[in-house]
Amino acid sequence: MSERNKIMLRGNDAVIYGALLAGCDCFFGYPITPANEIAHSGAALFPMLGRVFLQAESELAAINMVLGASAAGRRAITASSGLGISLKQEGISYIATMELPAVIVDIMRGGPGLGNLGPEQGDYNQVVKGGGHGNYKCIVLAPNSPQEMCSLTMKAFELADNYRTPVYVLSDALIGQMIESVLLPDPVDKKPIPDWAIAGTAEYRKNYITSIYLDYDDLERLNLKLQEKYELIRRNEQLCESYMTDDADTVIICYGIVSRIAKSAVNLLREKGHKAGLLRPMTLFPFPSTEIQRLEKKISSFLCIELSNGQMLDDIKLSMESDIPLHFYSRMGGNLPNEQDIINKYLSVHGKTNG
Amino acid sequence: MDRKKKKFTPVITVNECKGCERCVYSCPKKVLRLENKLNSYGYRYAFYIGEGCIGCGSCFYTCPEPGAVSIYEETEDNT
Amino acid sequence: MAKKLIYGKPSGFFDTFDRRPGITHSTHYCPGCGHGVLHKLIAEAVADLGMLDKTIFICPVGCSVFGYYYFNMASISVPHGRAPAVATGLVRSNPDCFVISYQGDGDLGAIGFNEFIQAANRGENMAVFFVNNGVYGMTGGQLAPTTLPGQKTLTSPYGRSVENEGYPLKVCEMVAALDSPVYVERTAVTSPKNIRAARAALRKALTYMKEKKGFSLVEFLSGCPVNMKRSAKDTDEWIEKNVIPYFPVKCFKDIANERKPKQSPVGIYDKEKVKDSLLATEKIHPSDESELPVPDIKGELRIKCAGFGGQGILSLGMLIAEAGHLQNLKASWLPSYGPEMRGGTANCSVVLSREAVGSPLVKTADVVLAMNQPSIDKFSPDLRDGGILIYDSVNIKFDNPGKCNVYSLDASMIAKDVIGDVRCANSVMLGAFCEIIRSIDEKSFISSITNNFRGKEKVISMNIKAFQEGRKAVRK
Repeated sequence: MSERNKIMLRGNDAVIYGALLAGCDCFFGYPITPANEIAHSGAALFPMLGRVFLQAESELAAINMVLGASAAGRRAITASSGLGISLKQEGISYIATMELPAVIVDIMRGGPGLGNLGPEQGDYNQVVKGGGHGNYKCIVLAPNSPQEMCSLTMKAFELADNYRTPVYVLSDALIGQMIESVLLPDPVDKKPIPDWAIAGTAEYRKNYITSIYLDYDDLERLNLKLQEKYELIRRNEQLCESYMTDDADTVIICYGIVSRIAKSAVNLLREKGHKAGLLRPMTLFPFPSTEIQRLEKKISSFLCIELSNGQMLDDIKLSMESDIPLHFYSRMGGNLPNEQDIINKYLSVHGKTNG
Repeated sequence: MDRKKKKFTPVITVNECKGCERCVYSCPKKVLRLENKLNSYGYRYAFYIGEGCIGCGSCFYTCPEPGAVSIYEETEDNT
Repeated sequence: MAKKLIYGKPSGFFDTFDRRPGITHSTHYCPGCGHGVLHKLIAEAVADLGMLDKTIFICPVGCSVFGYYYFNMASISVPHGRAPAVATGLVRSNPDCFVISYQGDGDLGAIGFNEFIQAANRGENMAVFFVNNGVYGMTGGQLAPTTLPGQKTLTSPYGRSVENEGYPLKVCEMVAALDSPVYVERTAVTSPKNIRAARAALRKALTYMKEKKGFSLVEFLSGCPVNMKRSAKDTDEWIEKNVIPYFPVKCFKDIANERKPKQSPVGIYDKEKVKDSLLATEKIHPSDESELPVPDIKGELRIKCAGFGGQGILSLGMLIAEAGHLQNLKASWLPSYGPEMRGGTANCSVVLSREAVGSPLVKTADVVLAMNQPSIDKFSPDLRDGGILIYDSVNIKFDNPGKCNVYSLDASMIAKDVIGDVRCANSVMLGAFCEIIRSIDEKSFISSITNNFRGKEKVISMNIKAFQEGRKAVRK
């Protein structure tokens, strides 16, 4: 009975449930607010299932432990927040270059610098655009509920293995802190050790993993191979939720906690007869360009709402093929728009576009 | 007397030697020298003077190249 | 006449170095390089100890980054200084493998010292082979943490000054002072005698790793003739005359015999067991209340709970959310966040709905439960017209503006006088909420209380009693 599988979970805790259901073998992390509950749950539940939990001495160490476990052909995860992710970027560049799977959770807080503990989305560029050195990208999943913190973490492992690439689960302080009913998905089968791993048996002795290519042509070939992979991901893995977009005039584009508030705002606008819609990217790389291009043919404008200085806005611009207006509304520093703020912005946009 | 006589022969692979001389100065019997000629990579290379090796392995262990030095033992049976 | 090879290329090396572009029969190392000497000792020992299949050789950043050209064992080349962290990941995820972390002085002593010392301090089952040649070789000869005072390098052209760069880093001495490592020895790959001692130390470290005794460190004082601008012979002599007096060659610690082999956890992956274990982290599930209907709530019931920190405000919200959850409502709970938290007040947002919840942040509320004056002042204006305000009249004075339904009860006093513990005031408020809302069954609240305080029977019964008192108080 499915109700039996429902439990109330905090977003951050749900990450650990998802990881364990996905057969994740190891958690390596360093304390940081507002991602701490992920490590707390990991410390309690990984050992409960005989899996490995280790608090690393630094973010650098944590990501490199993930690199090691992944190289051994095991599933590994780490979690942090903006400033910790900045530190992990070195390792993530190596993981991408070595074509190792890995799952990295980023519970965004206010920045830049030490910032604060409020919700923000200022990590978009460093997570979605690569972030470390070199021509790489990571798949980025953007959950907006504890349910998705669980299920998209599971999906992250699957994508990481399929494409042999690091995958981020990018969320924010509020999605991490909120508690909701979560229907636990069924666990997946333990994945076999892949043939490229350095798994410490005779069969795997021939393998080596490296990211140094002194020959320019060799390194260019590797780069081209990575770009082909990213193109394949772009074609196959775009994921988004379109809500009330069929007859919409203006579609609000937002992700994470903002998409939850915007959904309420859209409902309130609809009650008053306004044709607002919502497009929620669930993958930020690949960005759901196909859906944006489908929608822009039938709507009058987009409204991008972000808790950043317009980092996702750039991706919307790059996706658009028409010249319909793209409006922008943002809060930063840990502040959030409420439903009324979004409604007001929508109405002001319409004041303009409808003359 | 039917005592077994042992003979040791160090063999230098000419093109694996980089002429660093570690074997030359490490040899307790000083039976290795550096050739005045160059190998195909432009290094002078070590050679065995032909007698006096006691098979101690010093040249083998001090040589930084994996396969530049090998030592063979020949046992001559008098009977 | 029988001819026998007594010393030859160890089987830990590949026959030919096919991974090396160009020349495949020799190494990329400069003439007389200490790395080559050490590589041979490692290749020989790993093969002799029967560890080739299980060993993973970690190539650092430095001249030995291409170690995988040569060793006939699994290899990985890792970020600068991070070898011990990567090794930790390898060996923790796969405790049956053996990891050699091969590191130079810049890699281990400078950029990666934290990864190194922490892995040592955790006693990871690994062998660190530390090549100390006192200089950054790969980048052309800069100052290393172990460069000797007065020694000239490209970045210490006037000689290392202890005023500017401090004294050389004594790694073995530091590691030996830790409790976890089992074996620490410094050796030198210079004279045949020293090389033999290094060979023995290296084999000991590998043996301890094979026995899963934990962390071993062997330091190898080593020459870099090219960067030292000396012949190999002069380099060795210089090391023996200058470096060894500063960095004594000796065993600092050897306690492996006192240690038991490391045990590793056995992972549970059986799907049934995994799911059951995770579900069991929560004691009650909606199915347990399945005879109860899904409450008839229209749209979203948006609730704000607020009061002083310490009044159990967050619990009050959680108990409401969980009661809804147990009757198969969609429920969200969100603690106060950001500037609202200032001023000693705590608040949380709870949303209950038959459909997926939109914003979990409650701005315009259908219900406000207030337990102190600042809370009612702040949140009562956010009540929608016709909304419900429930407040603790012990702490609050409030003039009903007339646009909402107001219920006041002496929650704190009831908790203190009737129940005997003022901390139960939140359960009194919960009872009032249950009685006023009506759509959620009393049983669900009681289950929620029981779950929340599980294991504390007395606390459960006090809170259930408080809950019932709260119902009574608003029934009058």
